[in-house]
This record gives sequence, C-alpha cells and structure tokens, in this order.
Amino acid sequence: MTGGLTLDALVLRLGARVIAQMSVEVAPSAVLTVMGPSGSGKSSLLAAIIGAAPRAFTVSGRVLLGARDVSDAAPHARRIGILFQDDVLFPHLSVGQNLGFGLPPGQSRAQRQTAIDTALERAGMAGFAGRDPATLSGGQRARVALLRALLSRPDALLLDEPFSRLDAELRAQFRAFVFSQTRAHGLPVILVTHDPDDARAAAGRIMDPMGRELALPGG
Amino acid sequence: MKHGQGGLGGASLLRQVPRVTLLLLFVPVLAGLLGTLAPAFGTGEADWWAAFDSLAAWPGLRRAIALSLASGLVATVLSLAITLLLVASLADTAMFAALRRLLSPLLAIPHAAAALGLAFLIAPSGWIVRALSPWATGWTAPPDVLILNDPWGASLTLGLITKEVPFLLLMTLASLPQTDAARRMAIATSLGYGQVAGFVLCVLPPLYRQLRLPVYAVLAYAMTAVEMAMILGPTLPPTLAVQIIHWMTDPSLAHRGTAAAAALVQLVLVVAALLGWHLAERFARAAVLRAAGSGRRWARADPPLRLFAVAVGFVVAGLLITGLIGLAVWSFAGLWQFPAALPASLNLTTWMKSGPDLARTAGVTAAIALLATGAAAGLVLACLEAEHRFGLTADQRALWLLYLPLIVPQIAFLPGLQRLTLALGAENGVPAVAAVHLVFVLPYVFLSLGPAFRAWDGHFAVAGAALGATPAKVFWRLRLPMLLGPVLTAVAVGVSVSVAQYLPSLLIGGGRVETLTTEAVALSSGGNRRIIGAYGLMQMLLPSLGFAVALAVPRLVFRHRAGMRADLRAGSSGRTAR
Amino acid sequence: MNRRRFGQLTTGVALAAVFGSKVWAEDWQATLDAAKGQTVYWHAWGGDTKINDFIAYVGAEAEARYGVKIEQVKLASTADAVARVVAEKAAGQTAGGAVDLIWINGENFAAMKQAGLLFGPFAEALPNWRLVDKAGKPAVISDFTIATEGFESPWAMAQLVFEYDQATVPVPPVTLAGLQAWIIANPGRFTYPQPPDYLGVTFLKQVLYGVMQEPEALQQPLDEATYEAAVAPLWAFLDAVHPSLWRAGQAFPANEPALGQLLADAEIGISLSFNPGRASAEIAAGNLQATVRSFVLEGGTIGNASFVAIPFNAAHRAGAMVVADLLLDPAIQARAQDPAVLGFLTVLDQAALDPVAKARFDGLDLGVATLAPAALGRSLLEPHASWTARIAADWVGRYGVAQ
Repeated sequence: MTGGLTLDALVLRLGARVIAQMSVEVAPSAVLTVMGPSGSGKSSLLAAIIGAAPRAFTVSGRVLLGARDVSDAAPHARRIGILFQDDVLFPHLSVGQNLGFGLPPGQSRAQRQTAIDTALERAGMAGFAGRDPATLSGGQRARVALLRALLSRPDALLLDEPFSRLDAELRAQFRAFVFSQTRAHGLPVILVTHDPDDARAAAGRIMDPMGRELALPGG
Repeated sequence: MKHGQGGLGGASLLRQVPRVTLLLLFVPVLAGLLGTLAPAFGTGEADWWAAFDSLAAWPGLRRAIALSLASGLVATVLSLAITLLLVASLADTAMFAALRRLLSPLLAIPHAAAALGLAFLIAPSGWIVRALSPWATGWTAPPDVLILNDPWGASLTLGLITKEVPFLLLMTLASLPQTDAARRMAIATSLGYGQVAGFVLCVLPPLYRQLRLPVYAVLAYAMTAVEMAMILGPTLPPTLAVQIIHWMTDPSLAHRGTAAAAALVQLVLVVAALLGWHLAERFARAAVLRAAGSGRRWARADPPLRLFAVAVGFVVAGLLITGLIGLAVWSFAGLWQFPAALPASLNLTTWMKSGPDLARTAGVTAAIALLATGAAAGLVLACLEAEHRFGLTADQRALWLLYLPLIVPQIAFLPGLQRLTLALGAENGVPAVAAVHLVFVLPYVFLSLGPAFRAWDGHFAVAGAALGATPAKVFWRLRLPMLLGPVLTAVAVGVSVSVAQYLPSLLIGGGRVETLTTEAVALSSGGNRRIIGAYGLMQMLLPSLGFAVALAVPRLVFRHRAGMRADLRAGSSGRTAR
Repeated sequence: MNRRRFGQLTTGVALAAVFGSKVWAEDWQATLDAAKGQTVYWHAWGGDTKINDFIAYVGAEAEARYGVKIEQVKLASTADAVARVVAEKAAGQTAGGAVDLIWINGENFAAMKQAGLLFGPFAEALPNWRLVDKAGKPAVISDFTIATEGFESPWAMAQLVFEYDQATVPVPPVTLAGLQAWIIANPGRFTYPQPPDYLGVTFLKQVLYGVMQEPEALQQPLDEATYEAAVAPLWAFLDAVHPSLWRAGQAFPANEPALGQLLADAEIGISLSFNPGRASAEIAAGNLQATVRSFVLEGGTIGNASFVAIPFNAAHRAGAMVVADLLLDPAIQARAQDPAVLGFLTVLDQAALDPVAKARFDGLDLGVATLAPAALGRSLLEPHASWTARIAADWVGRYGVAQ
C-alpha cells in the first residue's frame, strides 16, 4: 500500500461560498466519517477528491496519496475508488464484464477470468459472472459494486452513503463486509453518511463537511 | 486544481469538432446564397434590372407569392394547432400511445411519397371517390371537379399538414419532459381548469420556447416545398418555388437571371413571414396571459375538443397510411378502371419490369444515405462528447446555426451551391450529393441524438473514471454501447431525411445521380400510377428498414440485459431509474 | 471570368469540334475504336417506361456491337440537361461534361445551337445518314424551321394525332370547327397539356394553322407588326372552348402521359398524342380501353422529328456518335416503329433500304388504333421557333394564372 490519503487544505467553493473544506490525513485501513444533513456538501466533497466536481465549483488545496500528489491528475489517473448510494453497475455488461471493467489491463484473458471468479467466490457469489446485473438482489448488486471497485486496485476508497438503500439487516451485513475488505486491502477510507450507526461501525474520526471534528450523540 | 486530459492525443482535435461542424452547416448555406444571388445581380446594373424586370413581367408573380405565403402560413398554423390539440387533449390515452408508436414510421415517409399517396387518394378518379362510386355518388365516370392541383393550394396545404404534424408532434414530445408538464397539468386540473385550457395556460408558454425553431423550420419548408407542390400544388400558376425550378431548368440564360431574382424574392418572403410569425408570437403570448388572468376554466370545452382531436388524428394518420397502401396496390395492379374500388387483377408485372432499375436506384439512394448519415452521426457524437468533456455549452446561437439549413429555403441556396461545385470542378457523383445531404441530415441527427446523449446518467462516467477508465474508454465502452438504441434511431432519422431529399440530389447530382426520390418525382409527371406506386413504396421502405433495424438491434444485443430493455421501453432515453 | 474570355474559349472549342468531325468523317473506324469501352450518358426524358425500356435495349445493342455502354439519365424535362450544359459552360468546364447525348428538338435545340453549346456538325458523318429520308421527311433537317446543319441527328418521326374512345365518341370531329363544337357540346371531356409543355404548345400551333389567314407566315420569324392580328383567331378559339375544358380550364395535365392517363381513366373523350402508334401500344399493354382509335384533322397535322445532339463538352463524344448512328440502324428503327415497343415513325427512306431491312418494316403489325401511313394525311412543318416561344409565353400570360 502506498500510504494514507491526505487532504491538504482542500476547499470547495461555489462562487464565493465555501461548500466544504477539510485538512485531514486518513491512514491506511482507517476510516474517516463525514456526517451532515443532506445538501451540506458531503457528496460534492467526495466528487472534488476524485476530481469529478461539477464545473461550477472551484477546488483549491491538495489531495495526496502517500507522497503522490494527485491534485492535478484526471479522475481516471488518481486511483481513488468510489461507491455510490446506488450501485451504478453498468446495465449493458454482465456481472463478470462489470468486474472486468475495473481490472487494470495487462493480464491474459485467463488470468483476468480467474481474478474475477476468485473475487466472486470470496464474496459468496460463485458462478455469477455470466449473470445480468438486473437480475441480482440489492445486496448482491452492492457486493458486486464493491468487488468492482476493489479489483481496480485503488489507493483509497470513498463511500458515498453506500448502505442507505439497503434494509437494516442487509445493511449491517454489507457494512461489515465492506470494512473487512478495506482493512484487508489496507485502504484509507472516507465514508459519507447521515446514519450514526454507520459512523459507529466505522470506528474512526468523525467530521462535518467543514472539517470540524464531531462526537457521536450518545456514543 | 486542473484536470489533465491524461494522455488523450485527440483531445485538442475533438475540442475543435463543434466549431468545424457548425462551419460545415453554415458555409454551404452562405456560399450557396451568394452563388444564387450572383446571377440576379449579373455583371452590371443592366442585368440586375433585366432579371427583376423579367420577374415582374411574369403574370403569375403576385399569385405565386400569395400562394407561397398562404399555403405556408395556413399549413404551419394548422399543423401547430393540430399537434398541440393532440398533445393537450389526448395525452395518456390509448389513441395517443398508438399515434406515438406510428410517429417514426409516419416521419420516415418522404414528402414525395406522401404527396403521391395523397394524390391517389383524393383525385376525382382516386380511391375515396372509387370507394363511394357508383353506389353512393352515382358516378360511373370520374367527376369533373378540381381537387388535385387546385388553384387555391388546398390539396398542397393538406399534404403539408399530413407531413408536418408528425414532425411537430415528435418535437413536442421531445420537449415536454423539460417543461414539467405532468405536474403543471395536475395542478391546473385540480384547480378546475379543463385539460386543454390547462395545457394552453400552463404548459404551452414554456413548451413553445422549445418548439420555436422547429416551427420556424416548418414555416420555411411549407412556403418553399418543391416536390409536394409539384405533385399536389396549383399549376396556374405554380407556387413561386416550383416556378423557380421551371426557370432554373429552362434552356435560355435569361431565365436563369429571372430564377435568381425570384429566389431572392422567395428568401425575402420567408424572412418576412418569419418576422411576422415572431410578432404574432408576442400577441399570442399576451392573449394567453390575459386568458390566464380571466379565471375562466373552459372545462366544458374538453369533450368536443377531444372528439375533434380524435377525428383529426385519424384523418392525418389515415390519409398518410391509406395513401401508402394505395401506392402499394397500384404497383401490383393489373387493369383497374374507374369506378372499381380494387383492381380487377393483381400481378407482378410492374415490379418485374422495373425491378433492376428499382434495385439499382435503391442501392444508390442507400449509399448516399449511409455516407451522409454515417458522417453526420460521427460528427454529432464527437460534438456531444466534446461538449461533455470540455464543458462547452450549446448556446442559442449554436442552435440557430444548427437550424440554419432547415430554415433557409433550399430553393434559395442550392442553385448557387450547384454553380459553386461546378466552378470548383467537383465531380457530381454520389460523394458530392452525399456531402450536400450531410448539411440537411446533420441537424436532424443532432436533434434526435442530443437529448438522449445529454440525459445519459453522468454517474456512469464518474464510476468508470474512478475505476481507472480514461475518457475515451468511458465513451467507447460505456456511453456508446449504452446509447446504442438512441444512436441507431438517430441514424434511422438521418437515413429517412437523406432518402427524402429531392432538390439536393437533383441539382448537385446534375441529373446523373438517380435516387428513389428524384425518380419518383420525375415519374409523377408521367401519370403512370403503377410505376409511381412502385417507386413511392420503395422510397418509404428504405427508411422503414432503418427504423426497423434501430428497433430490433438493441433488443437483440441486450436480450439478456433487463436493465437496458427497461431503458428501451422508457423511450430509449438512455436514462436509468435512480 | 469575364464574358470576353468565355467567348474566346467557346469559339476555340467550336473550331476544334469542326476539324475533329472532319477527321472522324474520313475514318469512322477510328470513331468506333475511340468509342469502345466508353459509357455514354444519354440525357432523355424519363417519364415513360416504354421509352426507358427502348433506350435500355439500344444500350444492350450498343454494348454487344461496339462495346459502348449507355447510361440513361432520366429527366423530368429535357431542359434539365440543357441547364446542366449551360451551367457547365458558365463554370468554364469545356471538356469532360456530364452530358454526352441529349434527346432534343425544337426550342431546346435552337437555344443550344445559338449559344454554341453543341458539338458538330457530325450527323452527315454517320454511316447510316445515307438511309435517312431527307426529301420525303423535310423535318429531319429542318427542326422548327432551324436548319439542323448536322448539329443533331434524327432518330424518330412524330406526327400529331387525336385519340378518341369509340365507346363514348361515335363520330370523331375531323375539322377544327368540328372539334370546337364537340368540346362545347361535351363540357369537361377535352383538355391539352399545359403550355409550355411541348404537346400543349403543339396543340396551340395546330389550332393556329387552322384559324390563321395566312399560315405560310409561320415558316418565317414572327413579325411584331402583324403578330397580334395574326394570332387573334387563336385566342378567340381558346376563349370559346376553355370554359368547356376538363376542370373548366382551371387546371391542365402536365404532359402527354398525364393526358393519356386521363383518357385511360375515361375522364376525357378525346386526347392528343405526338406518337401515332401510342394508342395501339397502350391498348396492347392493357393500359387503355380497346375501343380507342385515332384520327387526324383534314388539311394535315403538325409533324416533326426527334433528334439526338452532343454537347460541345461531352466527355464521351465518340461513344455518343456511335449511339447516334446505331439509332439510325434499320433494325433499331423497325423496332422503334413496332407498336408493341414504341410505335415511333421511322426517319428512314424505305426506298433506300435493302430487301432484308425493308421486310422488317413491312412485317410490322401497326395495331388496331394506328392510322395507316396513307390515312395519316399531310404532315405540316413546325412553325418558326419564334412563334412557338411567343405563343407559349402569351398563353401563360392569358391563361396561366387561374381566374
């Protein structure tokens, strides 16, 4: 692993108004939770980190992965993965092709197929490679989205309320699965959520979009 | 923070594509206009006056001008009114759904084929009279009444309406989602307004803003249509546009000057009509606002209006479809004398005899259509991708340029373009014709593909980039395949536009490039209904094939992808449920 | 480019053409060699499938005999091809033009010849020229009083005939006065193609021949001083019949096929054609009632020849000449006269033919509706082109704007 994810005086503005700002270092395997009401700029902050902030925004400050400054890199060159609230599986590709889309190039077909099959097997979805994503359950789709992100070998992972659409039981299960995976890969993680349970499970620092440290109510 | 383009070699090239594309539309139109006007102004003042003198001396001038204005304005007003009435009073009914499904096939019918079909239908010896004779009318010979080519241009106007309503309907359906129509209508009706009144007062104002340019295109087209006017229009005198073609193709040089002068008059007429229309828009808008302030609900107007809309919808679609069936029947007809409603016998003689010619002509037509549409689709996709990647926004000016070839009358700039291509020594083969078709095909491909392309869910692109995919990979592997349906539909639209072109093929092809449309119009003067039927039918089969492919291929390719099929059902907008 | 340079250019081209034709006249074989492998773009009106089929047949023959291909460019109007050559000349294109051969006569020929848009003289250089009946059919060298001077080569004769349906018109009117009376007595049952259509103007000229005091004047360019008085009877005739025409004269068929369709649809009872064999051919094809017959007016009807001409800048001049010669071949001429094919009258002198060729013509069954050559009566020469242009223009002024 290349090290932690550092936001160095990152400020996101819309016109003159500051939408979000943050100066923080997230160590490998650590989780930073960003909490705030909807519309408070959490998602825009994540967009700025991966380099996909809408053009109306201005972004200043630096984003570092270990010692690598990716502030000026295009989104695809940053190696920062992201999971959205909905899974954003590509509907025209099979489950296996979705995973293959994330795999970096440079391996033989057989090697790529093996990587895909192994990932599915570990997630308890062996034999799903040929399936149409539209036929999967919500929990299965969420898992495929995570696997796809991990297969692209990111240096950090951003989670944009990825659990909010799942029902309570599935949610705890999937959350545990995600954090076990990110820890196994030693990834620094930023989690955006408005659910205190998520924050509790993340067991890391908690901030609001303006970079102020928060304490969990009753926690 | 800047975004590097990450080793994308063609980025700067791609960035220029929108500008180049607009130039491709703008330059031929401008150059053609100048080329056309040159002979009007001749080489000296004497020629200038001579051209306008000879035009003024033509006894039919006033009437031809009046015909152009009247048929154009009446056709536009009625087409727009019918379209809005259909949308306002029939939305969400089974009939509207049926009309909506018919829309693409109806649009694909070239103007010439529609006119020929209509002529077969409404002529005194046509199908309608035959169906009623002699049992209802007592006629054993066709009645001596002037229906086709009537001096008032009524048949022409009817023909124009049957073709322009489907176009405006399509443009309206494309614009409705941006007007928040459903919620506005729900509020209006909950306040007690009638459905049509609610539509006019609450939805029409924002809707019309989107419809304005298509309406202008309809007005300009209706005033200057050549092939429909040649088939259905008056002949004593013909409309100004048809008379220009007569002069243009007259052997003596003097008439070329007259033609150029008339083309200038035609251009001025169109501009004046557009300005007049623009003024009328303000009055109409003020009237709508006044009506909205009056508090009247007009709820009781709904039932009769709905009935009327149903009738008009049936007539418009019915005329087009029955006319085409008439074309088909004539092409297989043996002896078919008046007043028999059906031919005494059916045979394949016409098709066998003209088979080789038809096949060759259809091949040329398809080649031109595919060349022009292929180029148009490539340019449009590049434009839209550049717009997306570089955050360019298509401003109002760009939109006007896009509509320029649809609004500037073909009759005003194609003759000049023909002179220019000759002067440049361009070979007037299939490539030259295809290049000029591109000017007309491209706007329609853009209008067809643009909304779907822009509506494509940006999350897919972000997700792709976060997985390490370059913008190029996102385009080729995600956006393009996911937009397969809309892209193929846009190609089908382009093909249908190209197939329908008459003047560009005739003038730029120099008579050497025969397309189904130039053949059908040339044959229409001969009155042989069987062969006209065969060509008319082929003329509409080709675009229909395009739409069939656009419908079938995505269904086949994505037969195991429920998520994509849901998109197709939702109107191929490419948007996924979120 | 200014006008003077145009002039110099075209003079040069015309001179080259004259010398060129002399060379070819000496050695037809050289023309055949040059033509081999060429594709001749023959611009011809394409509104009639039978004519199109005939051209396709000539194309097959030309390819089989001389290795020359014919590509028919089907026109809505011959003027389209003329306009094309005009445009090419205006653009300075003096070679490699799009038009190799035009089916032409009358006004179009006069305009092109006058403007120096034609290659020639070439017609006299064609081997089959010696078979053409110059003496018996003066129209083959005098096209609307314009001497052809070898700038066009004839390939068919035509004569105006009237067609009528015996079922509805038992006794056809064979005088102009009789026709006028019949039209008025049978409103809506007669019409003619809308001038300036060729057949429509021919009808006007036919009427003019019948009502004019001194029809001989038609062979001279019209005299402005006497024109109005000379044509007044024509307008009087038309004023009398127009209210009784088909659609009350508020609309006219576009051309000959459209008029023929009206007869086939029984909308009208008397029709005209410039092809004496048309009715028989249409009956044979099942497109026309078997009861249709032909008649001509006492005193004769207008006749003329159809020609082919070669533009000054034709890309495939040798091939075009070979096609023009092939069109005069007795076998092709006999085929054109066969009512089952075209029913066009031949331009050849029957006395000049060898027995085999003559037998081809004698063996033709002209068909039920076709008048025997003797019954066709006198063939009147076309008036001078100035009359044609003027009465067509005046017709448009008088009747071309519906009341």
